[in-house]
Amino acid sequence: MRDPVRSPEGAGAPGAEHRRREPEGRDPHYNFAYLDEATKRMIRRAILKAIAIPGHQIPFGAREMPLPYGWGTGGIQVTASILGPSDVLKVIDQGADDTTNAVSIRRFFARTAGVATTTRTAEATVIQTRHRIPERPLREDQILVFQVPMPEPLFRLEPRLAETRRLHALADYSLAQVKLYEDIAQQGESASSYNHPVLVNGRYLMSPSPIPGFDNPKLDRNPALLLFGAGREKKIYAVPPYTPVKSLDFDDHPFAPMRAPHPCALCGSTTHYLDEIVTDDRGGRMFVCSDTDACAEAAGRAGAAR
Amino acid sequence: MRPGFADPVLDAQAAFRAVMQAMARPGTVQRLAAAPDAPPPIAPAAAAVLLALADADTPLWTDAPEAARGWIAFHTGAPFVAAPEEAAFLLATSAMPPLAGLRAGSDEAPQEGATLIVQVGALRPGAGWRLSGPGIAEAHRLAVAGLPADFPAQWAANAARFPRGVDLVLAAEDALAAFPRTLRIAEEG
Repeated sequence: MRDPVRSPEGAGAPGAEHRRREPEGRDPHYNFAYLDEATKRMIRRAILKAIAIPGHQIPFGAREMPLPYGWGTGGIQVTASILGPSDVLKVIDQGADDTTNAVSIRRFFARTAGVATTTRTAEATVIQTRHRIPERPLREDQILVFQVPMPEPLFRLEPRLAETRRLHALADYSLAQVKLYEDIAQQGESASSYNHPVLVNGRYLMSPSPIPGFDNPKLDRNPALLLFGAGREKKIYAVPPYTPVKSLDFDDHPFAPMRAPHPCALCGSTTHYLDEIVTDDRGGRMFVCSDTDACAEAAGRAGAAR
Repeated sequence: MRPGFADPVLDAQAAFRAVMQAMARPGTVQRLAAAPDAPPPIAPAAAAVLLALADADTPLWTDAPEAARGWIAFHTGAPFVAAPEEAAFLLATSAMPPLAGLRAGSDEAPQEGATLIVQVGALRPGAGWRLSGPGIAEAHRLAVAGLPADFPAQWAANAARFPRGVDLVLAAEDALAAFPRTLRIAEEG
């Protein structure tokens, strides 16, 4: 990525006094955090209503962003609307800080908002995530922004959005319960290892975005504010801090998060969620932590102990 | 005409974050460092919320006098409506309009419920009402001076129609707190 473009006008140009609070390194050709102010206001109003109605999907006018749908356009718009100059941003993709998607989004906000970025969960105030919740427990002063491909939990069961809106209005989630019943009757367990629907505050069925079932329990009564943005589907929803979130299940078949029964090959953790990495074409494989920051921390601890 | 935010971008962001914190953690009191110097009787915190969130897309109702309305119209561009039930945002500088008369949204689109900003005398955390609900680990306590005597009953009726309902922002000088419609209020003697 090229260096931030410098304004030819320099510091003495008209209007420069309005930009004095902008941190070093921000590209002045963009409005702070890329989005225009009218768009931010619209998204901010949607976020406030989303917090007031936990788990309910709020439609919003998603803008075209300088990256394709499916790369986190919803999450980026939410992040852009909440971000301030003193925030410290972390971006993860499947738990990793070092994938193309995560690096690009981090650079995007470093350039357009001039914010500090980090790969450490503990240092971040805003964490944008694709498909994971960090292993390190979140704090009250942190905000987790999820990138959501399909916000409608009933999508595979009822394709008409007008009908799903009505089902949410009536809190009629029998379709989801029948699907879960059929999974259990035919296979003995839920067929969804990720994106398992949750009931928020006992009212709204919500897609947790495609996080593994392993992460579902972390949604429940989390001290951090959880915001969800779906760019292509143009929906925003939220789970306020300390809100009860229950994975859909039955009394006699309680929800059971899954984890590969191995220690991490790098840090030895037996509690972190693992990715399976195929290492050759003879069936060789290794299991490593999906959360790269938690893995590095645990490896550091293990190294120090030796 | 008095100015709005000194820095329209970053001050609006700070005001929004304060409201978001207040809404996500009901009963906590947020202070606004960079609130605009609004004409009386508009409290700085209420002015900051309006400037951060209201625009041409949000029909606005207020009981503020003409000079104050001119200031809001100039800085937000929001269209004024005469009837409280037509407004997306409401600013009550004196008496709070009855919650039952405001836009509550529909069961399919509860997000169309209004946001009511009420200016109150004082917000004192750690005393008064016992608040619980989403955003609150156990309970928050908040004493609010200046709401109508029947407010707890009005609020219970507002919460009973969930997901429909009205959300509240309470502003006192440069401080604000928020009551999302999920909040439960218990009076303690």
